[in-house]
Amino acid sequence: MENLPSEGPGFLTSQLEAMVGWARKYSIFVYPFVTACCGMEYMSAASGHYDMDRFGAGLPRFSPRQADVLLVVGTVSHKIAPILRRVYDQMCEPKWVVAFGVCTCTGGFYDNYSTVQGIDTILPVDIYIPGCPPRPEAVLDGLIKLQAKIQNQRHPLVRES
Amino acid sequence: MNSSAGNRETRNMLLNIGPSHPAMHGVIRLITELEGETVVDVEAEIGYLHRAFEKSCENSSWTQAIPYTDRLNYVSPLINNFGYCAAVEKLLGIQITERCSYIRVIMSEVSRITDHLTCIAASAMELGAMTAFLYLMKAREYLYEIIEDVTGARLTISYGRIGGVKGDLPEGLGAKLESALQKTEREIREVNLLLTRNRIFVDRTRDVGVLTRENAVSFSITGPLARASGINYDVRKAFPYFAYDRVDFDVPLGERGDNYDRYLVRMEEMTQSIRIIRQCLKDMPDGPVHMGAGGNVMNSFDLVDQAKLGQTAGLVNVVSTVEPTLEGMERPYHKRIMPDDRRVALPNKADTYGNIEGLMNHFKIIMDSHGIRPPKGDTYFAVEAANGELGFYVASDGKDRPYRVRVRPPCFFGMAGLHTMLEGYMVADIVATFGSINMIAGELDR
Repeated sequence: MENLPSEGPGFLTSQLEAMVGWARKYSIFVYPFVTACCGMEYMSAASGHYDMDRFGAGLPRFSPRQADVLLVVGTVSHKIAPILRRVYDQMCEPKWVVAFGVCTCTGGFYDNYSTVQGIDTILPVDIYIPGCPPRPEAVLDGLIKLQAKIQNQRHPLVRES
Repeated sequence: MNSSAGNRETRNMLLNIGPSHPAMHGVIRLITELEGETVVDVEAEIGYLHRAFEKSCENSSWTQAIPYTDRLNYVSPLINNFGYCAAVEKLLGIQITERCSYIRVIMSEVSRITDHLTCIAASAMELGAMTAFLYLMKAREYLYEIIEDVTGARLTISYGRIGGVKGDLPEGLGAKLESALQKTEREIREVNLLLTRNRIFVDRTRDVGVLTRENAVSFSITGPLARASGINYDVRKAFPYFAYDRVDFDVPLGERGDNYDRYLVRMEEMTQSIRIIRQCLKDMPDGPVHMGAGGNVMNSFDLVDQAKLGQTAGLVNVVSTVEPTLEGMERPYHKRIMPDDRRVALPNKADTYGNIEGLMNHFKIIMDSHGIRPPKGDTYFAVEAANGELGFYVASDGKDRPYRVRVRPPCFFGMAGLHTMLEGYMVADIVATFGSINMIAGELDR
């Protein structure tokens, strides 16, 4: 008994976490926070031709309470930034944020007084999808990367204090 | 405490809709005052997507402003491009080539179809017709493929150039475009069957959100919104530009000015746009695609090497291959789409890399504080965008940067008259009416 590790995840716990990760990555409910041009490519990626549904992310939820992934699509101005932050705060854990398009990543070529220079200045971002706007293929690539991230991270079922 | 049923006080309720709301495509906040379910008063708060378009243009050269115009109405960026370029051309007094004006008409109309498809798709989806949305998105995808073939990008294309377009149409475009149009027509027909006589759709849109003729005029609303109210104004007919005076098309008009009429007008305009494209492909000089280049074709790096060695004899007739993004800019095509005007037209790539005159010409246009310099003055030029009259007011002080670029965004005026279309109707009608206005935040807030 003295040889057994007294702390750290055991076999069962880590396998359970892998299973939870697997379940979560294929049931992504996105909250599309669509503001601008990138919304057109989001629509393309979400509808039949490119079909985000293949990756389990087909159903958008327009209530932050029901969503896992905040998809920030399009330019975020200083006027809309507090609203974006509020939507993020309303989402339940576990939650992820995807910066869709270069405006949300860095501000893009809107280097001016009205535009937030990257949403990572106001909220934590998991995946950046660059492009102005990104092609639907790039969106799907970002989605796959997010799935990998969800799979590989820890999913403690009991909150550790 | 004598609360009898007779003197109970009722108060109107204030309800915020937006700026982040599933049925608001684009960011806008509607502050509504409701009496029960009836809308009494609506105030629209705009500016959530202000991206400093006009200020950014003042800080960039005349050519660098073109990508900013893409992102005004991002559902039909080609029309914005051409509108801006035409305004600057008017200031410079440049005549674009005949072929270029046909290319501009074709691409504008393709853009108009994508815009109307998106508008109908989004507003139908908001009324619960998800199937129609998916069909229309499918049709839009066919046209995006065409746009990508021609411009190299799907959405933010920057295809217009001051004096012309980026490049000639690619090989085999005529057949591809025709096939895409046929597929689009098929989807439109499908949606026509799904929606036009659909009881639920008609009930939700007929006699809802009526914009009277008087209001349309007094709020200076243009485009499909005004035409659905019976106002026969279309910039393409009233002040023909590019090649619109040489094509035959009808301007559909509505009678009642309600949501259903707006839907019908948009559907018919798509049919007319397809008609225009077909005529242009037939009529345009030098045929629908660029024909065999002719001359001696050579790799561009070989061309540069030979030029560096001074072996320039005969190089002037050589056509160099270019990377795919520059296709359509080779020597024989270049002169069909750009005017022979060294002040504005970049030389073709063979000249830029092949001889010193071309190189210097290229640098004079590209370099900071050289560039295109329109004479002092100001002008206004309007094109018929998908939402109505899109005007560009450009002012020059003779320098290489615009002194002022002001846009007349068509949907700004629709938003000004929005309250007349919502007041007196139910809360649920806000979604239907708002969808039919096709508010695009990019051009509304600029």
